[in-house]
Amino acid sequence: MMAGHNEFNPRIVAFVCFQSACRAADLAADMGISYPDVECIRVPCSGKVDILYILKAFENGADGVMVVGCQEGNCKDISGNVRARKRVEYARRLLEEVGLERERLKMYHLAANRGVEWAEVVTEMFTTVKLLGPSAVRKQGEGVRT
Amino acid sequence: MIVAERKPFEVIKKSVEGYRHLLVVGCGTCVAVCMAGGEKEVGILASELRIAARINGAEVDVRELTLERVCEKEFVALLEEQIYLVDAVLCLACGIGVQLVAEMFPTVPVYPAVNTKFLGVPDEQGVWSERCAACGDCVLDKTGGICPIARCSKSLLNGPCGGSMNGRCEIDPEVPCGWQLIYDRLKALGKLAQLEEFIPPKDWSTARDGGPRKIVREDMRL
Repeated sequence: MMAGHNEFNPRIVAFVCFQSACRAADLAADMGISYPDVECIRVPCSGKVDILYILKAFENGADGVMVVGCQEGNCKDISGNVRARKRVEYARRLLEEVGLERERLKMYHLAANRGVEWAEVVTEMFTTVKLLGPSAVRKQGEGVRT
Repeated sequence: MIVAERKPFEVIKKSVEGYRHLLVVGCGTCVAVCMAGGEKEVGILASELRIAARINGAEVDVRELTLERVCEKEFVALLEEQIYLVDAVLCLACGIGVQLVAEMFPTVPVYPAVNTKFLGVPDEQGVWSERCAACGDCVLDKTGGICPIARCSKSLLNGPCGGSMNGRCEIDPEVPCGWQLIYDRLKALGKLAQLEEFIPPKDWSTARDGGPRKIVREDMRL
């Protein structure tokens, strides 16, 4: 690993479903489990996450974006998490088109009682992005909102 | 409605290379419904352009504006406030919209960001299919409301041909045979005897073969 990457602290934005991932994150905090810092944006359902939200996060300087919804077959809105997964797949293709690595965006499925798993997926995303290095958008350092 | 599909980002990016101030124009009518060029797609394309520009170290100012309908002069005129502040326009409206913007603002370069595909319907969310070929002389009265021009791969007026197999077209098993559809519809209507009537060769001068088309309604003119 390059020395510069060791100092790099990825900025991760997580769109979290209020019904599941959000509660899993709260549970992890209550259990005193430590995990890397992520910027959580609470959504009523992962199906609310639009491709534009994801692109805006990258445009504004995110190094990685994760969308965390309910487990498949367990969405309170029936199929919001499945729709979110399809959108994430589409958005990954868009990222490649504009010159960003598709691995910077990932969808996870998590139940509300999975505090430990929440910490694991955040750590996984953090590690992946740390290895990739800062987003090419951020490297230019211009016009990026903080 | 007019159904369009967005061009690949690489193609769009290349078409506006070198411009520093861009206006991405969307249309709130047909292309918004087929999710190719409405307000949301304008936002996505503008965001992609900004991200790509930053990665390439380029400075590009991308504005966004979605009009109600880009095929009518009254709406396109609303571009006047912003269009002279940019170097070029990227238009996500159909080919009609792109041309009208170019026509009304001849000194501003206008580039298409979608491919206009056909006149059709949404079969389901995310799926669209062709229904009308705008031939200019409708024959739906003879064919049970199913267009043989748009839905038969060979546009036969007296089908089906020998390539109809199990209700499917020989060009692709996914494509229903237009004439099978016509047969089934007429049968359901109890009008199968209509198929015995020969449809004479069509006068294609009402279609594209007659050159660019125009309608003038003197009673409606001001």
